[in-house]
Amino acid sequence: MHMNRRAFIRVSAMAGGGMLIAFHSRPSVLAQGRRPSGPPLEPDAFIRIDANGTVTLMAKDPEVGQGVKTMLPMLIAEELDADWAHVKVQQTDFDDTKYAAQFAGGSTATPNNWEPMRRVGAAGRQMLVAAAAQTWSVPAGECTTDAGRVLHKGSKRSLGYGELAARAAKMPVPDVETVAVKDPKEYRIIGYTTRGCDVHAIVTGQPMFGIDVTRPGMLYAAYEKCPVFGGRVVSANVDAIKQEPGVRHAFVVEGAVPEGEVVPGDPGLMPGVAIVADTWWQAQAARKKLQVQWDEGKGASQSSAGFAAKADELSKQAPANMLRHDGDVDAAFKTAAATAEGAYSYPFIAHAPLEPQNCTAHYENGHLEIWTNSQMPGPGRSLVAKTLGIPEGNITVHMLRAGGGFGRRLTNDYMVEAAWIAKAIGVPVKLLWAREDDFTNDYYRPGGFQYLKGGVDASGTLVAWQNHFVTWGHGTEYARAATLSPTEFPARYVPNYSLGVSAQELWLKTGSLRAPGSNAIAFVIQSFIDELAHAAKRDPVDFRLALLAAAPLPDAEADRQPAVRRFDAARMRGVVELVAEKSGWKTRQAEQGRALGVAFHFSHLGYFAEVADVSVSADHRVKVHKVWVAADIGSHIINPGMAESIVQGAIIDAMSELMGQEITLEQGRVVQTNYDRHPLVRMMQAPGAVEVSWLKTDHAPTGLGEPPLPPLLPAVCNAIFSATGTRVRTLPLAKSGFSWA
Amino acid sequence: MRFELTVNGQPHAVDVSPDTPLLWVLRDVLNLKGTKYGCGIGQCAACTVHLNGRPIYSCQTQVQRVANGHITTIEGLSADGSHPVQRAWEQIDVPQCGYCQAGQIMAAAALLAKTPKPTDADIDAAMSGHLCRCGTYLRIREAVHKAATLATSTTMDHQRAGRTGDRE
Repeated sequence: MHMNRRAFIRVSAMAGGGMLIAFHSRPSVLAQGRRPSGPPLEPDAFIRIDANGTVTLMAKDPEVGQGVKTMLPMLIAEELDADWAHVKVQQTDFDDTKYAAQFAGGSTATPNNWEPMRRVGAAGRQMLVAAAAQTWSVPAGECTTDAGRVLHKGSKRSLGYGELAARAAKMPVPDVETVAVKDPKEYRIIGYTTRGCDVHAIVTGQPMFGIDVTRPGMLYAAYEKCPVFGGRVVSANVDAIKQEPGVRHAFVVEGAVPEGEVVPGDPGLMPGVAIVADTWWQAQAARKKLQVQWDEGKGASQSSAGFAAKADELSKQAPANMLRHDGDVDAAFKTAAATAEGAYSYPFIAHAPLEPQNCTAHYENGHLEIWTNSQMPGPGRSLVAKTLGIPEGNITVHMLRAGGGFGRRLTNDYMVEAAWIAKAIGVPVKLLWAREDDFTNDYYRPGGFQYLKGGVDASGTLVAWQNHFVTWGHGTEYARAATLSPTEFPARYVPNYSLGVSAQELWLKTGSLRAPGSNAIAFVIQSFIDELAHAAKRDPVDFRLALLAAAPLPDAEADRQPAVRRFDAARMRGVVELVAEKSGWKTRQAEQGRALGVAFHFSHLGYFAEVADVSVSADHRVKVHKVWVAADIGSHIINPGMAESIVQGAIIDAMSELMGQEITLEQGRVVQTNYDRHPLVRMMQAPGAVEVSWLKTDHAPTGLGEPPLPPLLPAVCNAIFSATGTRVRTLPLAKSGFSWA
Repeated sequence: MRFELTVNGQPHAVDVSPDTPLLWVLRDVLNLKGTKYGCGIGQCAACTVHLNGRPIYSCQTQVQRVANGHITTIEGLSADGSHPVQRAWEQIDVPQCGYCQAGQIMAAAALLAKTPKPTDADIDAAMSGHLCRCGTYLRIREAVHKAATLATSTTMDHQRAGRTGDRE
């Protein structure tokens, strides 16, 4: 994280003797390439210190369960040297002119905010110290701070931050780039488990989620879209619907079906029929009587069976596009001591956060007010502005807690629907999707097909790797989240390597699901590495460590990446060795029907290696007894308790993807419409334990939401192979007759 | 139609169609937002409330069927979050997103009322109807055990307090 040279701090005094500290920067810099916002920067606050000593810290990012509403203020509080017991956390509204980047995605909150949030706190502390030094007429260097007080040990005097706030607000503002930060040895908050700031509100059922918003005079909306993506309304019986109990409005929304051959990331307002009623249940009840004639469009002929047949056909042809070619793969296969081949596939799956999509909006006098739990409120506001023809400056966006994100709320379809309906009716309205709407209108994790061949030499070294990736797109324009990077491991670590890609047409929304790309790629690559270890008659851990010890082939493109983004094999070796040690890999006794499996994966800047202890019964019932996770996400685990919980949750999330989740299409329609046919792991299926070991290394801390997930799928599949001799190459496992014990 | 309901000890009269699920009466008529909608088909149990002390899925329960019963929601489990299950959830810091937790807490409270010292198997059996999309199951299990301990020690605290009072 490089500090923006234009970053600066602004401080203002508050009525009543408090102070406000704001940190400003060009949003484009903090958000790593996101668009700069137009309006000039305005002062606002990250820190508010009241005269009574209460410290209020602003949480600027969307809270979707990743713990960021607690974690970001912890960073400020640490360097401010606040007393956490007297800290209040306040969720901000969306305003990227005040708070720079505000989004939840890509496990970026930690790497993007580790420096700036701490420096906000450090600047505040320095000003409080300066105020105390001036009060006492002593050098600032003689003053120290401790939990919300400035101390002067020589004279045994101390003043609370509240007492100093008014004077501190008038002190010179430190340069944010050079302000002194703590020696990490002095940390009292970072690295110590801190309870979620909302936990009491959650356990007492206080309204706090998007779905809980109410406004005076608010109506409720349901929105019916075509069961085939991209379908348009020809006609609908809206006049009859208006006669249903409680219904106030029913109308067709023309919307806009995207053009082109590949569905864009957030296609905007899809056509449909809005029903607005006094209660949501009335809107839903009326919806059962809705009759719509649809023009289903070009998606109506799609089926999962057709996709599989087309992939098989493409796999037999040369790849349409070669993404990478190192050495001579064909020659290497001819001289290899042993080879393996595998045709891998994985399905479309849905995000299905437990809180269905919803958004509340109120349009009045040209101004739109929105209450949302979007992970991307900024692009949502832009989409609404563009679709409704309202200047962005006339749109206020309030940020609510989300009942899960997992990438679903990176897009803003529900927001633009609510906004459109609100503008049409002129009173506050809450749009709520039924669970079935959520399953059938997702931005699905794209399925895929990968056809692999690998070879090892007589010494058991991996010498050749060939992958034909069959994905979705038109020509070389690929569907969202349906790509495979030419630098993805083991690229550069195998002397003869080729990656080709072919694409088939798809008319369906796809998007980022927790650890996008990686959540499927790790399954394929780490399973196939296991196949090659077996072919080489080598231990899977030893085989991996040897592969990671190879000197990487030079790659100008990869080497241009910032160091933090480059795959560092030494860091990965560290976690593989650690997880082997913690799981007792070397000393494990062979047991009938029960075995360990190992896998690793680098994603979102995090290095994760995992071992699963798995048993499989004669009737293919699978039990994951325990999972060991070794992780390197840098020098500090900011909130260890929450970090452990996130890892445990990611393991269980991965198990859900592994066993039963699959979205299929028939006649262009999604078949699975609820959790009964797209199951989540339940408590009785969860592992007995997930043991997490942190390998702390001298790198700036990086994110945790995503990287623990991918290795679990291949780790379990590799364990199943060791336990049974059955190699699973198709997800979900249920398709091969497996079920949870 | 008009229905008389007793929710968290308070009488309420609501005017809704008889087939309206209790969930939507609680959320949108009585403005008790703690009970959550997740699936609408009895798969996720996020909507769990107590009817006469027993857990029910409020999304699968028509309002006409509960008119004479006593309904307890997360808001009424305790006045201030002091129920042992709520305290345990807070101490263990169970939630991630938190959306399913009201339902989980109501199920755990019903379990402990019936089985004060549950085993892991008891907990799995009582709680496996509840989905947690974030996967906080390990902490939920731990928190149910913790709540069992807190419930016992709370009783002891009350007894001690009682004895002190007697001496005075």
